[in-house]
Amino acid sequence: MLSNGRSGWRKAFPFLLPSLVGLFLFSFLPILISLLISLTNWTGMSRVSLTTGFFTFIKNNFIGLKNFKSILVDDEVWKVISHNFYFIILYLPFMLILSLSEALIINSKFKGSGTYRVIFYIPVLTSWVAGALIWKWLLSPTYGPINNALLAIGLKGSLWLQSETMAMPSIALASIWKDLGFYAMIFLGGLKSINPSYYEAANIDGATTFQRFRKITLPMISPITFYVVMLSLINAFQLFPQVMVMTKNGDAGPNGATMVMVERIYKYAFRYGKMGYAAAFSWILFMIIFLFTYIQRRAEKRWVNYDV
Amino acid sequence: MMYKNKSSKIIYHIIAIIFSFIALLPFFWMLSTSFKSRGALLSIPIEWIPKNPTFAAYIRLFSNEGILRAMLNSVIITALSICVSLLSSSMAAFAFSKIKFRGSNLLFLIFLSSMMIPSQVIFIPLYLIMNEIHLTNTLFAVILPCVFQAFAVFMLKQQMMSISDTYLDAASIDGASLMKIFFRIILPMCNTALVTLAIIVGMGAWNDYLLPLVLLTSKENYTLPIILNSLNGQFSTEYNLLMAGALITMLPLLLFYAFAQKYFST
Repeated sequence: MLSNGRSGWRKAFPFLLPSLVGLFLFSFLPILISLLISLTNWTGMSRVSLTTGFFTFIKNNFIGLKNFKSILVDDEVWKVISHNFYFIILYLPFMLILSLSEALIINSKFKGSGTYRVIFYIPVLTSWVAGALIWKWLLSPTYGPINNALLAIGLKGSLWLQSETMAMPSIALASIWKDLGFYAMIFLGGLKSINPSYYEAANIDGATTFQRFRKITLPMISPITFYVVMLSLINAFQLFPQVMVMTKNGDAGPNGATMVMVERIYKYAFRYGKMGYAAAFSWILFMIIFLFTYIQRRAEKRWVNYDV
Repeated sequence: MMYKNKSSKIIYHIIAIIFSFIALLPFFWMLSTSFKSRGALLSIPIEWIPKNPTFAAYIRLFSNEGILRAMLNSVIITALSICVSLLSSSMAAFAFSKIKFRGSNLLFLIFLSSMMIPSQVIFIPLYLIMNEIHLTNTLFAVILPCVFQAFAVFMLKQQMMSISDTYLDAASIDGASLMKIFFRIILPMCNTALVTLAIIVGMGAWNDYLLPLVLLTSKENYTLPIILNSLNGQFSTEYNLLMAGALITMLPLLLFYAFAQKYFST
Protein backbone atom coordinates (compact mmCIF):
# COMPACT_ATOMS: atom_id res chain seq x y z
CA MET A 1 0.00 0.00 0.00
CA LEU A 2 1.25 3.42 -0.90
CA SER A 3 0.91 6.28 1.55
CA ASN A 4 -1.60 6.46 4.32
CA GLY A 5 -4.11 8.43 6.35
CA ARG A 6 -4.13 12.13 5.70
CA SER A 7 -2.06 12.47 2.57
CA GLY A 8 -3.92 9.51 1.09
CA TRP A 9 -6.79 11.49 -0.39
CA ARG A 10 -4.45 13.97 -2.02
CA LYS A 11 -2.70 11.14 -3.81
CA ALA A 12 -5.80 9.11 -4.60
CA PHE A 13 -7.92 12.01 -5.78
CA PRO A 14 -6.44 12.50 -9.28
CA PHE A 15 -6.98 8.81 -9.97
CA LEU A 16 -10.51 8.85 -8.67
CA LEU A 17 -11.54 12.10 -10.34
CA PRO A 18 -12.92 10.78 -13.67
CA SER A 19 -14.95 8.08 -11.94
CA LEU A 20 -16.23 10.50 -9.32
CA VAL A 21 -17.37 12.98 -11.95
CA GLY A 22 -19.06 10.12 -13.78
CA LEU A 23 -20.63 8.81 -10.59
CA PHE A 24 -22.10 12.23 -9.88
CA LEU A 25 -23.18 13.17 -13.42
CA PHE A 26 -24.39 9.83 -14.70
CA SER A 27 -25.58 8.10 -11.55
CA PHE A 28 -26.41 10.35 -8.58
CA LEU A 29 -27.80 13.27 -10.52
CA PRO A 30 -29.97 11.14 -12.84
CA ILE A 31 -31.37 9.22 -9.88
CA LEU A 32 -32.29 12.47 -8.16
CA ILE A 33 -33.81 13.98 -11.29
CA SER A 34 -35.69 10.80 -12.05
CA LEU A 35 -37.18 10.75 -8.56
CA LEU A 36 -38.28 14.37 -8.87
CA ILE A 37 -39.76 13.89 -12.34
CA SER A 38 -41.69 10.87 -11.14
CA LEU A 39 -43.56 13.24 -8.82
CA THR A 40 -44.71 15.52 -11.64
CA ASN A 41 -47.13 15.36 -14.52
CA TRP A 42 -44.53 16.60 -17.00
CA THR A 43 -45.45 15.62 -20.54
CA GLY A 44 -42.03 16.09 -22.08
CA MET A 45 -43.44 18.76 -24.41
CA SER A 46 -42.32 21.78 -22.41
CA ARG A 47 -38.56 22.15 -22.44
CA VAL A 48 -36.92 21.84 -19.07
CA SER A 49 -33.62 23.36 -18.08
CA LEU A 50 -31.76 21.76 -15.22
CA THR A 51 -29.75 24.85 -14.40
CA THR A 52 -32.38 27.55 -14.49
CA GLY A 53 -35.68 27.13 -12.76
CA PHE A 54 -35.67 23.35 -12.48
CA PHE A 55 -37.09 23.38 -8.99
CA THR A 56 -39.83 25.90 -9.82
CA PHE A 57 -40.67 23.64 -12.73
CA ILE A 58 -40.94 20.66 -10.41
CA LYS A 59 -43.01 22.69 -7.98
CA ASN A 60 -45.42 23.90 -10.67
CA ASN A 61 -46.00 20.42 -12.02
CA PHE A 62 -45.89 18.64 -8.70
CA ILE A 63 -48.58 16.01 -8.24
CA GLY A 64 -47.08 13.99 -5.39
CA LEU A 65 -47.40 10.24 -5.57
CA LYS A 66 -50.29 10.36 -8.03
CA ASN A 67 -48.25 8.70 -10.80
CA PHE A 68 -47.42 5.76 -8.56
CA LYS A 69 -51.04 5.46 -7.48
CA SER A 70 -52.38 5.50 -11.02
CA ILE A 71 -49.76 2.96 -12.13
CA LEU A 72 -50.87 0.58 -9.42
CA VAL A 73 -54.52 0.77 -10.49
CA ASP A 74 -53.84 0.80 -14.25
CA ASP A 75 -55.00 -2.45 -15.84
CA GLU A 76 -52.49 -2.09 -18.65
CA VAL A 77 -49.60 -1.96 -16.22
CA TRP A 78 -50.62 -5.22 -14.56
CA LYS A 79 -51.01 -6.81 -17.95
CA VAL A 80 -47.53 -5.59 -18.86
CA ILE A 81 -45.99 -6.92 -15.66
CA SER A 82 -47.70 -10.27 -16.15
CA HIS A 83 -46.16 -10.39 -19.65
CA ASN A 84 -42.71 -10.06 -18.12
CA PHE A 85 -43.46 -12.95 -15.77
CA TYR A 86 -44.88 -15.03 -18.59
CA PHE A 87 -41.64 -14.44 -20.49
CA ILE A 88 -39.59 -15.56 -17.48
CA ILE A 89 -41.61 -18.77 -17.14
CA LEU A 90 -41.08 -19.56 -20.80
CA TYR A 91 -37.44 -18.55 -20.83
CA LEU A 92 -35.72 -19.43 -17.58
CA PRO A 93 -36.18 -23.25 -17.30
CA PHE A 94 -35.09 -23.95 -20.87
CA MET A 95 -32.28 -21.46 -20.66
CA LEU A 96 -30.90 -23.07 -17.48
CA ILE A 97 -31.06 -26.66 -18.72
CA LEU A 98 -29.70 -25.89 -22.17
CA SER A 99 -26.89 -23.60 -21.08
CA LEU A 100 -25.75 -26.10 -18.45
CA SER A 101 -25.77 -28.82 -21.11
CA GLU A 102 -23.66 -26.65 -23.40
CA ALA A 103 -21.22 -26.02 -20.58
CA LEU A 104 -21.00 -29.76 -19.77
CA ILE A 105 -20.25 -30.52 -23.39
CA ILE A 106 -17.46 -27.98 -23.66
CA ASN A 107 -16.07 -29.07 -20.32
CA SER A 108 -15.87 -32.74 -21.33
CA LYS A 109 -12.75 -31.76 -23.31
CA PHE A 110 -13.05 -34.02 -26.30
CA LYS A 111 -11.35 -33.16 -29.56
CA GLY A 112 -12.82 -29.99 -31.03
CA SER A 113 -14.58 -28.78 -27.90
CA GLY A 114 -12.74 -25.47 -28.30
CA THR A 115 -14.37 -24.94 -31.69
CA TYR A 116 -17.80 -25.60 -30.25
CA ARG A 117 -17.08 -23.09 -27.54
CA VAL A 118 -16.52 -20.38 -30.16
CA ILE A 119 -19.60 -21.43 -32.15
CA PHE A 120 -21.85 -21.34 -29.10
CA TYR A 121 -20.69 -17.79 -28.37
CA ILE A 122 -21.49 -16.30 -31.78
CA PRO A 123 -25.18 -15.54 -31.04
CA VAL A 124 -24.06 -13.72 -27.90
CA LEU A 125 -21.83 -11.41 -29.91
CA THR A 126 -24.60 -10.53 -32.32
CA SER A 127 -26.41 -7.27 -31.77
CA TRP A 128 -29.97 -7.79 -30.60
CA VAL A 129 -31.36 -5.78 -33.50
CA ALA A 130 -29.65 -8.08 -36.02
CA GLY A 131 -30.55 -11.23 -34.11
CA ALA A 132 -34.18 -10.19 -33.70
CA LEU A 133 -34.48 -9.36 -37.40
CA ILE A 134 -33.11 -12.77 -38.32
CA TRP A 135 -35.64 -14.45 -36.04
CA LYS A 136 -38.49 -12.37 -37.37
CA TRP A 137 -37.63 -13.66 -40.82
CA LEU A 138 -37.11 -17.26 -39.62
CA LEU A 139 -40.56 -17.16 -38.07
CA SER A 140 -42.29 -15.60 -41.06
CA PRO A 141 -45.51 -17.64 -41.40
CA THR A 142 -45.49 -18.18 -45.18
CA TYR A 143 -41.91 -17.76 -46.34
CA GLY A 144 -40.01 -18.58 -43.17
CA PRO A 145 -37.95 -21.78 -42.99
CA ILE A 146 -39.37 -22.89 -39.64
CA ASN A 147 -42.95 -23.16 -40.83
CA ASN A 148 -41.78 -24.67 -44.11
CA ALA A 149 -39.74 -27.28 -42.28
CA LEU A 150 -42.73 -28.10 -40.09
CA LEU A 151 -44.87 -28.37 -43.19
CA ALA A 152 -42.37 -30.75 -44.76
CA ILE A 153 -42.78 -33.20 -41.89
CA GLY A 154 -46.54 -32.83 -42.04
CA LEU A 155 -47.08 -30.39 -39.20
CA LYS A 156 -49.06 -27.22 -39.42
CA GLY A 157 -46.92 -24.23 -38.48
CA SER A 158 -47.98 -21.28 -36.44
CA LEU A 159 -48.47 -17.58 -37.06
CA TRP A 160 -45.72 -17.04 -34.46
CA LEU A 161 -45.21 -13.32 -33.93
CA GLN A 162 -48.50 -12.49 -35.58
CA SER A 163 -50.54 -14.62 -33.23
CA GLU A 164 -51.58 -13.35 -29.85
CA THR A 165 -50.80 -16.63 -28.07
CA MET A 166 -47.52 -17.41 -29.82
CA ALA A 167 -45.96 -13.93 -29.92
CA MET A 168 -44.38 -14.12 -26.47
CA PRO A 169 -43.15 -17.72 -26.87
CA SER A 170 -41.53 -16.59 -30.14
CA ILE A 171 -39.70 -13.81 -28.31
CA ALA A 172 -38.62 -16.28 -25.62
CA LEU A 173 -37.38 -18.71 -28.28
CA ALA A 174 -35.19 -16.05 -29.89
CA SER A 175 -33.95 -14.92 -26.47
CA ILE A 176 -32.96 -18.44 -25.45
CA TRP A 177 -31.02 -18.81 -28.71
CA LYS A 178 -29.27 -15.50 -28.12
CA ASP A 179 -28.38 -15.90 -24.42
CA LEU A 180 -27.57 -19.60 -24.23
CA GLY A 181 -23.86 -19.21 -24.98
CA PHE A 182 -23.47 -16.40 -22.49
CA TYR A 183 -24.78 -18.37 -19.54
CA ALA A 184 -22.99 -21.50 -20.74
CA MET A 185 -19.67 -19.65 -20.38
CA ILE A 186 -20.57 -18.69 -16.82
CA PHE A 187 -21.49 -22.31 -16.02
CA LEU A 188 -18.26 -23.44 -17.66
CA GLY A 189 -16.29 -21.31 -15.21
CA GLY A 190 -18.04 -23.09 -12.36
CA LEU A 191 -17.47 -26.55 -13.81
CA LYS A 192 -13.78 -25.90 -14.32
CA SER A 193 -13.34 -25.02 -10.66
CA ILE A 194 -14.58 -28.43 -9.40
CA ASN A 195 -11.72 -30.47 -8.03
CA PRO A 196 -11.30 -33.57 -10.26
CA SER A 197 -10.43 -35.75 -7.26
CA TYR A 198 -14.15 -35.83 -6.33
CA TYR A 199 -14.90 -37.52 -9.63
CA GLU A 200 -11.99 -39.92 -9.26
CA ALA A 201 -13.23 -40.96 -5.83
CA ALA A 202 -16.75 -41.43 -7.22
CA ASN A 203 -15.38 -43.54 -10.05
CA ILE A 204 -13.62 -45.83 -7.61
CA ASP A 205 -16.88 -46.22 -5.72
CA GLY A 206 -18.52 -47.20 -9.01
CA ALA A 207 -20.84 -44.22 -9.39
CA THR A 208 -22.72 -43.87 -12.68
CA THR A 209 -22.45 -40.77 -14.87
CA PHE A 210 -25.86 -39.62 -13.72
CA GLN A 211 -25.00 -40.18 -10.05
CA ARG A 212 -21.82 -38.18 -10.42
CA PHE A 213 -23.76 -35.35 -12.02
CA ARG A 214 -26.50 -35.45 -9.41
CA LYS A 215 -24.29 -35.84 -6.32
CA ILE A 216 -21.16 -33.91 -7.26
CA THR A 217 -21.64 -31.53 -10.18
CA LEU A 218 -25.01 -30.02 -9.24
CA PRO A 219 -24.20 -29.27 -5.58
CA MET A 220 -20.73 -27.99 -6.47
CA ILE A 221 -21.97 -25.50 -9.03
CA SER A 222 -24.96 -24.33 -7.01
CA PRO A 223 -23.38 -20.91 -6.30
CA ILE A 224 -22.92 -20.42 -10.05
CA THR A 225 -26.46 -21.60 -10.74
CA PHE A 226 -27.65 -19.07 -8.21
CA TYR A 227 -25.68 -16.33 -9.96
CA VAL A 228 -27.07 -17.35 -13.36
CA VAL A 229 -30.65 -17.34 -12.07
CA MET A 230 -30.18 -13.88 -10.55
CA LEU A 231 -28.56 -12.43 -13.64
CA SER A 232 -31.06 -13.91 -16.06
CA LEU A 233 -34.00 -12.77 -13.94
CA ILE A 234 -32.70 -9.21 -13.86
CA ASN A 235 -32.15 -9.32 -17.61
CA ALA A 236 -35.58 -10.80 -18.18
CA PHE A 237 -37.24 -7.94 -16.34
CA GLN A 238 -35.35 -5.53 -18.57
CA LEU A 239 -36.22 -7.26 -21.83
CA PHE A 240 -36.50 -4.63 -24.54
CA PRO A 241 -34.74 -4.59 -27.95
CA GLN A 242 -36.05 -7.95 -29.13
CA VAL A 243 -39.60 -6.78 -28.47
CA MET A 244 -39.04 -3.47 -30.24
CA VAL A 245 -37.65 -5.17 -33.33
CA MET A 246 -39.64 -8.38 -33.57
CA THR A 247 -43.12 -7.05 -32.98
CA LYS A 248 -44.44 -3.99 -34.70
CA ASN A 249 -43.01 -0.85 -33.19
CA GLY A 250 -46.34 0.86 -32.72
CA ASP A 251 -48.52 -1.70 -31.04
CA ALA A 252 -46.20 -4.28 -29.40
CA GLY A 253 -47.61 -7.42 -30.90
CA PRO A 254 -51.14 -8.55 -31.72
CA ASN A 255 -53.49 -7.05 -29.16
CA GLY A 256 -50.49 -5.86 -27.15
CA ALA A 257 -49.36 -9.42 -26.45
CA THR A 258 -45.71 -8.43 -26.13
CA MET A 259 -46.02 -5.22 -24.19
CA VAL A 260 -43.32 -5.38 -21.52
CA MET A 261 -42.09 -2.99 -18.86
CA VAL A 262 -39.11 -1.30 -20.49
CA GLU A 263 -40.91 -1.05 -23.82
CA ARG A 264 -43.78 0.74 -22.07
CA ILE A 265 -41.43 3.04 -20.14
CA TYR A 266 -39.74 4.05 -23.38
CA LYS A 267 -43.06 4.64 -25.14
CA TYR A 268 -44.72 6.48 -22.27
CA ALA A 269 -41.72 8.79 -22.19
CA PHE A 270 -41.01 9.42 -25.85
CA ARG A 271 -44.22 8.54 -27.73
CA TYR A 272 -47.15 9.26 -25.44
CA GLY A 273 -45.74 12.32 -23.69
CA LYS A 274 -46.04 10.95 -20.17
CA MET A 275 -42.54 11.62 -18.82
CA GLY A 276 -43.56 11.78 -15.17
CA TYR A 277 -45.55 8.58 -15.48
CA ALA A 278 -42.66 6.85 -17.28
CA ALA A 279 -40.18 7.92 -14.60
CA ALA A 280 -42.49 6.58 -11.89
CA PHE A 281 -42.86 3.33 -13.79
CA SER A 282 -39.08 2.99 -14.06
CA TRP A 283 -38.92 3.16 -10.26
CA ILE A 284 -41.57 0.48 -9.99
CA LEU A 285 -39.41 -1.66 -12.28
CA PHE A 286 -36.45 -1.00 -10.02
CA MET A 287 -38.47 -1.99 -6.97
CA ILE A 288 -39.61 -5.23 -8.60
CA ILE A 289 -36.01 -6.13 -9.48
CA PHE A 290 -34.85 -5.16 -6.02
CA LEU A 291 -37.58 -7.24 -4.37
CA PHE A 292 -36.68 -10.27 -6.44
CA THR A 293 -33.00 -9.92 -5.69
CA TYR A 294 -33.86 -9.71 -2.02
CA ILE A 295 -36.13 -12.78 -2.07
CA GLN A 296 -33.48 -14.72 -3.96
CA ARG A 297 -30.86 -13.76 -1.41
CA ARG A 298 -33.07 -15.04 1.37
CA ALA A 299 -33.74 -18.27 -0.49
CA GLU A 300 -30.06 -18.65 -1.31
CA LYS A 301 -29.24 -20.30 2.01
CA ARG A 302 -31.74 -23.05 1.32
CA TRP A 303 -30.26 -24.49 -1.83
CA VAL A 304 -26.86 -22.98 -2.42
CA ASN A 305 -23.92 -24.90 -1.09
CA TYR A 306 -20.82 -22.94 -0.11
CA ASP A 307 -18.99 -25.68 1.83
CA VAL A 308 -16.25 -26.23 -0.69
CA MET B 1 -14.32 -49.10 -20.05
CA MET B 2 -12.52 -48.10 -23.21
CA TYR B 3 -15.57 -48.90 -25.27
CA LYS B 4 -17.84 -46.92 -23.00
CA ASN B 5 -15.60 -43.92 -23.22
CA LYS B 6 -15.61 -43.98 -26.98
CA SER B 7 -19.37 -44.27 -27.27
CA SER B 8 -19.92 -41.46 -24.79
CA LYS B 9 -17.59 -39.28 -26.84
CA ILE B 10 -19.70 -39.91 -29.91
CA ILE B 11 -22.81 -38.92 -27.97
CA TYR B 12 -21.09 -35.71 -26.83
CA HIS B 13 -20.18 -34.95 -30.40
CA ILE B 14 -23.71 -35.51 -31.62
CA ILE B 15 -25.18 -33.23 -28.95
CA ALA B 16 -22.53 -30.59 -29.65
CA ILE B 17 -23.33 -30.72 -33.35
CA ILE B 18 -27.04 -30.28 -32.63
CA PHE B 19 -26.30 -27.25 -30.46
CA SER B 20 -23.98 -25.79 -33.09
CA PHE B 21 -26.61 -26.36 -35.71
CA ILE B 22 -29.17 -24.43 -33.65
CA ALA B 23 -26.67 -21.64 -33.00
CA LEU B 24 -25.58 -21.28 -36.61
CA LEU B 25 -28.64 -22.09 -38.69
CA PRO B 26 -30.15 -18.59 -38.26
CA PHE B 27 -26.90 -17.07 -39.53
CA PHE B 28 -26.89 -19.38 -42.49
CA TRP B 29 -30.42 -18.27 -43.32
CA MET B 30 -29.31 -14.64 -42.93
CA LEU B 31 -26.38 -15.14 -45.28
CA SER B 32 -28.42 -17.00 -47.84
CA THR B 33 -31.23 -14.43 -47.78
CA SER B 34 -28.83 -11.53 -48.22
CA PHE B 35 -27.81 -12.93 -51.63
CA LYS B 36 -31.35 -13.33 -52.90
CA SER B 37 -33.25 -11.13 -55.26
CA ARG B 38 -36.59 -9.75 -54.10
CA GLY B 39 -38.46 -12.33 -56.15
CA ALA B 40 -36.54 -15.23 -54.62
CA LEU B 41 -37.63 -14.13 -51.15
CA LEU B 42 -41.17 -15.15 -51.94
CA SER B 43 -40.51 -18.45 -53.63
CA ILE B 44 -42.18 -21.59 -52.34
CA PRO B 45 -40.57 -24.02 -51.66
CA ILE B 46 -38.03 -21.79 -49.97
CA GLU B 47 -34.50 -21.70 -51.36
CA TRP B 48 -31.93 -22.60 -48.71
CA ILE B 49 -29.21 -21.78 -51.18
CA PRO B 50 -30.23 -19.01 -53.58
CA LYS B 51 -30.55 -20.30 -57.14
CA ASN B 52 -29.50 -17.00 -58.65
CA PRO B 53 -27.27 -15.32 -56.09
CA THR B 54 -26.99 -11.58 -56.45
CA PHE B 55 -25.31 -8.67 -54.70
CA ALA B 56 -28.33 -6.48 -55.30
CA ALA B 57 -29.23 -6.25 -51.62
CA TYR B 58 -25.71 -5.15 -50.65
CA ILE B 59 -25.61 -2.58 -53.45
CA ARG B 60 -28.95 -1.20 -52.32
CA LEU B 61 -27.84 -1.24 -48.70
CA PHE B 62 -24.71 0.76 -49.39
CA SER B 63 -26.49 3.17 -51.71
CA ASN B 64 -28.40 4.22 -48.60
CA GLU B 65 -26.05 7.02 -47.62
CA GLY B 66 -26.72 6.56 -43.90
CA ILE B 67 -25.16 3.12 -43.63
CA LEU B 68 -21.48 4.00 -44.06
CA ARG B 69 -21.93 6.91 -41.73
CA ALA B 70 -23.58 4.63 -39.15
CA MET B 71 -20.74 2.17 -39.47
CA LEU B 72 -18.20 4.92 -38.85
CA ASN B 73 -20.25 6.18 -35.89
CA SER B 74 -20.36 2.70 -34.40
CA VAL B 75 -16.60 2.30 -34.78
CA ILE B 76 -15.92 5.71 -33.20
CA ILE B 77 -18.33 5.11 -30.32
CA THR B 78 -16.96 1.64 -29.62
CA ALA B 79 -13.30 2.64 -29.80
CA LEU B 80 -13.71 5.74 -27.64
CA SER B 81 -15.97 3.94 -25.16
CA ILE B 82 -13.28 1.32 -24.67
CA CYS B 83 -10.56 3.96 -24.19
CA VAL B 84 -12.57 6.12 -21.81
CA SER B 85 -13.83 3.19 -19.80
CA LEU B 86 -10.52 1.36 -19.52
CA LEU B 87 -8.57 4.46 -18.55
CA SER B 88 -11.03 5.83 -16.03
CA SER B 89 -11.85 2.53 -14.37
CA SER B 90 -8.24 1.37 -14.14
CA MET B 91 -7.29 4.67 -12.52
CA ALA B 92 -10.03 4.30 -9.93
CA ALA B 93 -9.12 0.65 -9.39
CA PHE B 94 -5.52 1.70 -8.77
CA ALA B 95 -6.62 4.20 -6.14
CA PHE B 96 -8.83 1.62 -4.43
CA SER B 97 -6.28 -1.17 -4.45
CA LYS B 98 -2.94 0.55 -3.95
CA ILE B 99 -3.51 3.89 -2.21
CA LYS B 100 -4.73 4.04 1.35
CA PHE B 101 -7.20 6.84 1.93
CA ARG B 102 -9.89 7.53 4.44
CA GLY B 103 -13.34 6.24 3.52
CA SER B 104 -12.10 4.10 0.65
CA ASN B 105 -14.24 1.14 1.72
CA LEU B 106 -17.35 3.27 1.96
CA LEU B 107 -16.70 4.89 -1.41
CA PHE B 108 -16.18 1.50 -3.00
CA LEU B 109 -19.46 0.32 -1.53
CA ILE B 110 -21.20 3.34 -3.07
CA PHE B 111 -19.62 2.46 -6.42
CA LEU B 112 -20.91 -1.09 -6.19
CA SER B 113 -24.40 -0.16 -5.08
CA SER B 114 -24.76 2.15 -8.10
CA MET B 115 -24.85 -1.03 -10.19
CA MET B 116 -28.27 -1.78 -8.75
CA ILE B 117 -29.93 1.04 -10.68
CA PRO B 118 -31.06 -0.15 -14.10
CA SER B 119 -30.35 2.04 -17.12
CA GLN B 120 -34.09 2.44 -17.65
CA VAL B 121 -34.28 4.63 -14.57
CA ILE B 122 -31.43 6.77 -15.82
CA PHE B 123 -32.25 7.33 -19.46
CA ILE B 124 -34.81 10.14 -19.18
CA PRO B 125 -32.63 12.27 -16.85
CA LEU B 126 -29.58 11.41 -18.93
CA TYR B 127 -31.35 12.91 -21.90
CA LEU B 128 -31.94 16.11 -19.89
CA ILE B 129 -28.37 16.26 -18.61
CA MET B 130 -26.95 15.78 -22.08
CA ASN B 131 -29.28 18.53 -23.29
CA GLU B 132 -27.92 20.79 -20.60
CA ILE B 133 -24.29 20.29 -21.60
CA HIS B 134 -25.27 20.50 -25.29
CA LEU B 135 -24.29 16.96 -26.08
CA THR B 136 -27.60 15.39 -27.11
CA ASN B 137 -27.37 14.20 -30.64
CA THR B 138 -23.59 14.03 -30.59
CA LEU B 139 -21.61 10.83 -30.29
CA PHE B 140 -20.16 12.01 -26.99
CA ALA B 141 -23.57 11.64 -25.37
CA VAL B 142 -23.20 7.88 -25.66
CA ILE B 143 -19.46 7.74 -24.99
CA LEU B 144 -19.21 9.96 -21.93
CA PRO B 145 -21.27 7.80 -19.52
CA CYS B 146 -18.58 5.10 -19.94
CA VAL B 147 -16.37 7.20 -17.68
CA PHE B 148 -18.07 5.57 -14.72
CA GLN B 149 -18.43 1.80 -14.85
CA ALA B 150 -18.59 0.21 -11.45
CA PHE B 151 -18.26 -3.39 -12.66
CA ALA B 152 -15.06 -2.50 -14.51
CA VAL B 153 -13.58 -0.83 -11.43
CA PHE B 154 -14.51 -3.88 -9.41
CA MET B 155 -12.95 -6.30 -11.90
CA LEU B 156 -9.69 -4.37 -12.20
CA LYS B 157 -9.45 -3.82 -8.48
CA GLN B 158 -9.56 -7.58 -7.91
CA GLN B 159 -6.79 -7.98 -10.46
CA MET B 160 -4.59 -5.20 -9.04
CA MET B 161 -4.89 -6.48 -5.48
CA SER B 162 -3.07 -9.60 -6.59
CA ILE B 163 -0.04 -7.53 -7.63
CA SER B 164 2.55 -7.52 -4.89
CA ASP B 165 3.27 -4.20 -3.19
CA THR B 166 7.01 -4.82 -3.31
CA TYR B 167 7.08 -3.71 -6.95
CA LEU B 168 5.54 -0.42 -5.97
CA ASP B 169 7.77 0.11 -2.96
CA ALA B 170 10.86 -0.53 -5.05
CA ALA B 171 9.67 1.92 -7.70
CA SER B 172 8.78 4.62 -5.22
CA ILE B 173 12.18 4.29 -3.50
CA ASP B 174 13.69 4.90 -6.93
CA GLY B 175 11.66 8.11 -7.00
CA ALA B 176 9.01 7.12 -9.54
CA SER B 177 5.86 9.21 -9.38
CA LEU B 178 2.43 7.61 -8.82
CA MET B 179 1.50 8.28 -12.45
CA LYS B 180 4.64 6.55 -13.60
CA ILE B 181 4.02 3.58 -11.32
CA PHE B 182 0.46 3.34 -12.60
CA PHE B 183 1.30 3.50 -16.30
CA ARG B 184 4.60 1.65 -16.30
CA ILE B 185 4.08 -1.07 -13.70
CA ILE B 186 0.44 -1.61 -12.84
CA LEU B 187 -1.22 -1.32 -16.25
CA PRO B 188 1.15 -3.70 -18.07
CA MET B 189 0.64 -6.26 -15.33
CA CYS B 190 -3.13 -6.20 -15.81
CA ASN B 191 -3.15 -6.63 -19.57
CA THR B 192 -5.23 -9.81 -19.62
CA ALA B 193 -7.93 -8.25 -17.47
CA LEU B 194 -7.82 -5.13 -19.64
CA VAL B 195 -8.34 -7.16 -22.82
CA THR B 196 -11.26 -9.01 -21.25
CA LEU B 197 -12.74 -5.71 -20.21
CA ALA B 198 -12.18 -4.22 -23.67
CA ILE B 199 -14.21 -7.07 -25.15
CA ILE B 200 -17.04 -6.64 -22.66
CA VAL B 201 -17.18 -2.86 -23.02
CA GLY B 202 -16.74 -3.01 -26.79
CA MET B 203 -19.54 -5.53 -27.15
CA GLY B 204 -21.83 -3.40 -25.00
CA ALA B 205 -21.05 -0.21 -26.90
CA TRP B 206 -21.33 -1.77 -30.35
CA ASN B 207 -24.63 -3.50 -29.64
CA ASP B 208 -26.25 -0.97 -27.30
CA TYR B 209 -29.75 -0.02 -28.29
CA LEU B 210 -31.63 1.97 -25.64
CA LEU B 211 -29.18 4.84 -25.02
CA PRO B 212 -28.35 5.56 -28.68
CA LEU B 213 -32.06 5.36 -29.47
CA VAL B 214 -32.80 8.08 -26.93
CA LEU B 215 -29.69 10.25 -27.20
CA LEU B 216 -28.91 10.19 -30.92
CA THR B 217 -31.89 11.64 -32.69
CA SER B 218 -30.73 12.64 -36.15
CA LYS B 219 -29.83 10.25 -38.89
CA GLU B 220 -26.22 11.31 -39.31
CA ASN B 221 -25.52 10.19 -35.74
CA TYR B 222 -27.23 6.80 -35.91
CA THR B 223 -25.27 3.71 -34.94
CA LEU B 224 -25.59 0.45 -36.87
CA PRO B 225 -28.25 -1.18 -34.64
CA ILE B 226 -30.34 1.99 -34.75
CA ILE B 227 -30.17 2.41 -38.52
CA LEU B 228 -30.86 -1.29 -38.94
CA ASN B 229 -34.07 -0.97 -36.98
CA SER B 230 -35.05 2.13 -38.92
CA LEU B 231 -34.54 0.13 -42.13
CA ASN B 232 -36.75 -2.50 -40.53
CA GLY B 233 -39.50 0.07 -40.22
CA GLN B 234 -38.95 1.38 -43.75
CA PHE B 235 -38.50 -1.83 -45.72
CA SER B 236 -40.11 -4.33 -43.41
CA THR B 237 -40.66 -6.94 -46.12
CA GLU B 238 -37.37 -6.62 -47.98
CA TYR B 239 -35.57 -9.23 -45.97
CA ASN B 240 -32.66 -9.51 -48.39
CA LEU B 241 -31.79 -5.90 -47.59
CA LEU B 242 -32.38 -6.37 -43.86
CA MET B 243 -30.29 -9.55 -43.70
CA ALA B 244 -27.44 -7.84 -45.54
CA GLY B 245 -27.72 -5.10 -42.93
CA ALA B 246 -27.71 -7.65 -40.11
CA LEU B 247 -24.55 -9.22 -41.50
CA ILE B 248 -22.83 -5.83 -41.79
CA THR B 249 -23.85 -5.06 -38.21
CA MET B 250 -22.47 -8.24 -36.67
CA LEU B 251 -19.37 -8.87 -38.78
CA PRO B 252 -17.00 -6.18 -37.40
CA LEU B 253 -17.65 -7.26 -33.82
CA LEU B 254 -17.05 -10.89 -34.75
CA LEU B 255 -13.69 -9.93 -36.26
CA PHE B 256 -12.80 -7.83 -33.23
CA TYR B 257 -13.67 -10.76 -30.98
CA ALA B 258 -11.55 -13.18 -32.99
CA PHE B 259 -8.67 -10.70 -32.88
CA ALA B 260 -8.93 -10.04 -29.14
CA GLN B 261 -9.47 -13.74 -28.42
CA LYS B 262 -5.88 -14.35 -29.50
CA TYR B 263 -4.67 -12.18 -26.65
CA PHE B 264 -7.26 -13.73 -24.39
CA SER B 265 -5.91 -17.26 -24.52
CA THR B 266 -2.20 -16.46 -24.39
